[in-house]
Amino acid sequence: MKAEVLKQGIAVKKHKTSEWHSYELVGFWALRLTLVLVLFILGIIVFDIVSKGAGVINWEFLTQPPRVGMTEGGIFPAIVGTFYVTLITIAFAVPLGVGAAIYLNEYAVQGKFTRLVRMSVRNLAGVPSIVFGLFGMAVFVKIFGFGPSLIAAGFTLGLLTLPVTVTASEEALRTVPRAYREGSFALGATRWQVVRTVVLPRAIPGILTGTILGLARAAGETAPILATGAAFFLPHLPDSIRSQFMALPYHLFIMSTQHHAISQVRPIAYGTALILLVLVCLLNLAAVLLRKRYRERVAKGL
Amino acid sequence: MTAITEKAMRTIFTLCGLAIILFLVGILYILFSNSMPGLTELGIGPFFAADRWNPGAYGEPTYSLLNMIYGTLMVTLGALIFAVPTGVAAAAYLAEIASPWEREVFKPIVEVLAGVPSVVLGFFGLVVLAPLIARTFNLNSGLTALNGAILVGIMALPTIITLAEDAITAVPKEYRHASLALGGTRWQTIWKITIPAAFSGITASAMLGMGRAIGETMTVLMVTGNMVARPESFLDSVRTLSAGIAIDIGDVVFNSTHFHALFVAGLLLFLITFLVNLLADILIQRKPEVNK
Repeated sequence: MKAEVLKQGIAVKKHKTSEWHSYELVGFWALRLTLVLVLFILGIIVFDIVSKGAGVINWEFLTQPPRVGMTEGGIFPAIVGTFYVTLITIAFAVPLGVGAAIYLNEYAVQGKFTRLVRMSVRNLAGVPSIVFGLFGMAVFVKIFGFGPSLIAAGFTLGLLTLPVTVTASEEALRTVPRAYREGSFALGATRWQVVRTVVLPRAIPGILTGTILGLARAAGETAPILATGAAFFLPHLPDSIRSQFMALPYHLFIMSTQHHAISQVRPIAYGTALILLVLVCLLNLAAVLLRKRYRERVAKGL
Repeated sequence: MTAITEKAMRTIFTLCGLAIILFLVGILYILFSNSMPGLTELGIGPFFAADRWNPGAYGEPTYSLLNMIYGTLMVTLGALIFAVPTGVAAAAYLAEIASPWEREVFKPIVEVLAGVPSVVLGFFGLVVLAPLIARTFNLNSGLTALNGAILVGIMALPTIITLAEDAITAVPKEYRHASLALGGTRWQTIWKITIPAAFSGITASAMLGMGRAIGETMTVLMVTGNMVARPESFLDSVRTLSAGIAIDIGDVVFNSTHFHALFVAGLLLFLITFLVNLLADILIQRKPEVNK
């Protein structure tokens, strides 16, 4: 049956061009051009930022703090700040997200409650990032008394990335064949033993994918950290989780809209944009490739 | 020992699941509790009055969100006018026409587009698109609703493409086979069978794209100029709800009327996106009918 369908598919592909009437070919090309247009837009954005940002980037730019009222020097504190805050984001979002996914997929009886949890995940994913910023400011900065700090911003970003982590982890757990669990149960294993020794090890690549995707999202967000800890300029690196920090996306925002000599610092803004773009794209690409590999492995039944 | 571990782990995981609901409810609660003092002090009226958002004014500060609501509407609708047809067409191509290698190459690229941070897009709008718009329309500044609409449309594209493609792919093979067997061409099959069958999913993709557009903050903050005056056309500067919050959030005095007014704006934004997403959610759950 499968081979049959496959053969049909190949037959359709072979006859493709002959199947299009001439007026339909116009439509076909219109659709193709639309997609090309989308890719072209992306191309222009990437080209502009790479071509104008690449010249700025050198060792000094990456390893030195800003100097002379942020008109010279590098972006090292922003890189470090973004690194620190995403670490806290992961520490907050991954255990909670994976835990919730394990609950949904391994423990819960599917019904009203799980539907409610899944609906909450989807709606949380749709909450505007600036609303997370308001929440973080009211709860982590004020009520918990963290003040504007790495931990307040990290928790806020953690909330924002939670839906990504839950969704990816659940998908990963679902790819583990049911028979594995049943086999282990039949041998007398308890549920936690099954999850720990059979399900989780096989779901790790998928969970890792979700973690990286969440990380990429958190690293590029600006609105949630505006009032929860990001700083305009700091003379030294953050020394505790209660410190304020500089962050790449916020730095780009400052350098392109708030700085007193905007046209003078434009190259620095381009350099920052390029570093941020490269960082986020690399993370996304890593996640996409990782997911592709494990999906292929799952499809082969390995 | 095992029994205790079992129980502990079950409790921990259940709490993780429960936490997700609590976070969503918590956000709503925080928005409510922090906007209530503002709403009781001023009433609802001033937030929708015909004057401007001017919380820093001496004597008579005003808190009208009306112009910001117009701004949000303009940017969102402008974005959708361009992003929905483009996104659905691209999705139709990817799902129905593209060869496997094209799909293999294009889909990850679309995902990369989804990953471009909004602040980077905003920067692009500021330094490339704004001068271009200013020159084209002979304006002093290209920081306009049009600029915001274009960029927010670009932001919403990946969401629309990915979800619309999922919806089109989910249409049962039998539909297409039946249409082709009856002598329909591939073009007819796409437009008369597949797309109508995937209609609810495609609508959902547009709604989720809309949700993203409404809530988008950094891009609009950087490219729309943020004037609080009532916008007359797409070539005017606008301030959206999200950008309005972002501008003031940094230096608002804690627990002032201004502070509470920001939460009123946040609550409004939350409720709008929540409704839009909820509708999309309902549409997505509605699978095409299959008679097997």
